[in-house]
Amino acid sequence: MALDRWIAFFIFLAFVIYGYTAFFTMDALLPPIMQRNPIWPSSFPKVLSVGGMLTALIVLVGFEKSPNPDALDINYRRLTEYKLGQAVALLVLMTVYALVLRPVGFLAATFLFLAIGSLILGERRYLVIALVSAAATTGIWYLVNVVLGIFLKPLPAIF
Amino acid sequence: MLEGLLIGLSTTLSFKNLAMVIGGCLIGTFIGMVPGLGPMSIIAIMIPVAVTIGDPSAALILLAGVYYGAVFGGSTSSILINAPGVASTVATSFDGYPLTRQGKAGKALTIAAISSFSGGTIGAILLLAFAPALATVALLFHSSEYFALMVVGLSAVAAFAGTGQVFKALLMTFLGLAMGTVGEGVLFNMPRFTAGILDLQSGFGFITLALSLFALPEAIYLILDPNRSRQADGSSNSEVKELRITKSEARAIVPVIGRQSIQGFLIGVLPGAGATIASFLGYAVERNLADKKEQEKFGKGSVKGLAAPETANNAACTGSFVPLLTLGIPGSGTTAILLGALIALNVSPGPRLMVDNPQIFWAVIMSMYLGNLVLLILNLPLIPYIAKVLAVPRNFLIPFILFFTLMGTYIGQNNATELLFLVSFGVAATIFRFADYPVAPLLIGFILGPLLENNFSRAMQLYDGAGFIWERPMTLALLVLAALLVLLPSYRSRRAQIRAGGVADAD
Repeated sequence: MALDRWIAFFIFLAFVIYGYTAFFTMDALLPPIMQRNPIWPSSFPKVLSVGGMLTALIVLVGFEKSPNPDALDINYRRLTEYKLGQAVALLVLMTVYALVLRPVGFLAATFLFLAIGSLILGERRYLVIALVSAAATTGIWYLVNVVLGIFLKPLPAIF
Repeated sequence: MLEGLLIGLSTTLSFKNLAMVIGGCLIGTFIGMVPGLGPMSIIAIMIPVAVTIGDPSAALILLAGVYYGAVFGGSTSSILINAPGVASTVATSFDGYPLTRQGKAGKALTIAAISSFSGGTIGAILLLAFAPALATVALLFHSSEYFALMVVGLSAVAAFAGTGQVFKALLMTFLGLAMGTVGEGVLFNMPRFTAGILDLQSGFGFITLALSLFALPEAIYLILDPNRSRQADGSSNSEVKELRITKSEARAIVPVIGRQSIQGFLIGVLPGAGATIASFLGYAVERNLADKKEQEKFGKGSVKGLAAPETANNAACTGSFVPLLTLGIPGSGTTAILLGALIALNVSPGPRLMVDNPQIFWAVIMSMYLGNLVLLILNLPLIPYIAKVLAVPRNFLIPFILFFTLMGTYIGQNNATELLFLVSFGVAATIFRFADYPVAPLLIGFILGPLLENNFSRAMQLYDGAGFIWERPMTLALLVLAALLVLLPSYRSRRAQIRAGGVADAD
């Protein structure tokens, strides 16, 4: 099965869960006073779930022709021929950044993110990496924190 | 009116106020480029500065300058790195970014600057002439008309169902609409589909979704295929060379600018509709009006497709001042913050503003002309330098783009969980792109869904049923227009197919 139909399959499943919630569990929480309204919180989701499931099914049964992977910008069938390792590594790096931003503080987390990001992409001029990352980190922190007044915790949580 | 204009001109042209316009535009443009900091947040940040100025005219002129600058700055990040930081510039990235990919970033920014300028200026002229009359018309719009207007906005989705992907575009729209129902709605006061996760109580963040659908997949594509960034990083400096727009391009965008200035302004006047819906509608309408050859270019770097939303969103920004200045009703989040600033400055906007404080009313209108002019003068020479951002080596540019998506999400929400949503949606959106699913309809659905639902529910409650659809002629007319906008493209392509078939048979 082509990728677009797999995606339609998963979206179909998501709409089944969404629809189940809308049709069977949501209204139990509705206060009696709201039950007199012509529109309930579940009304719009009910319509959406039916529409979503039907459309997903139409794509799933292959009513529309799947795109030819060779004609696309990136052929997902030959993903390993691209820099897949770098992409995955950077996505992992972003996830780690999200997890450590608060405990480690903005300055250290951002410096490490920018520096390791450049390293992953194959940059080997260590001094340039260090200088660019340090300058960007302090510059952005100064702009956001001091000039704009949006608080970003600069140092690790222990300080 | 002439007297008022002279009062406004003399107020605006003082040295202090000129400095305010220039300073406001500059601050707005540069901060607006950071995804996550839209006009609303920048104006909110600038309010303490404005209030300390003390003089209401000067303060409002500063804020208006910041507003225009921020709207233009937002378009810059949409065009250069496909990161629309504000909902109203999402449509700008549809054709702006493809132009950048073709090495025409400079040209795209020039078109954006000229369209913004024209939209803003024509909007200001319309504001001057029709403000009081329009305010009464805007009040005739009830929730049923707003509902119909949102349906018209959703019909913009049809523009992405070009190459036989109608159902995929529709599926993405449904997904976006469904994602818009997550969290505590305005109308129902109860959390929906949060699965007990506290962070979902207020729903998914717009910025999170916009950045993960557009900027992040693009960055992942740049990482996966280094040749892709080589085409776009300006190693041949093509984007600086191609700064000027050709005569034929100018001829193509002039009617677009004319139409969209008026349409965008009128939509902006309606409280609650605003620049976002104006930009989507502008895009959809222009695509429908274009001939078949031009239509195919939409989404692949059409100058008309870039000029339309840029003109419309700026004209709508100006239009949104109509209800604020004449009725004291804020028509959008941004004007609501401006209203707060006005009250903090001891000015109460409303029907009496023009009588009690004519110098403020006229000064704001004059500052709109001036703000737009200053923006154009400041930005046109800066464009080659702004476009140089793309010439930063790939090994540094990509970590920065990734960092800006993270930062944009974090600043807006101040919530690290939102960053995890960003990465997961980004991966999902990349997979959608692998399979050629259009992601723009998802975002359009997400933005318009809650507005659609709220207005529909309100209309249903008011009329105790769906009777409003045929009882209110304006609602019906708008719904018919939406149906036409959806059906027209497929009818056209069918007719073209039949014609092509006929030619083939004849051969």
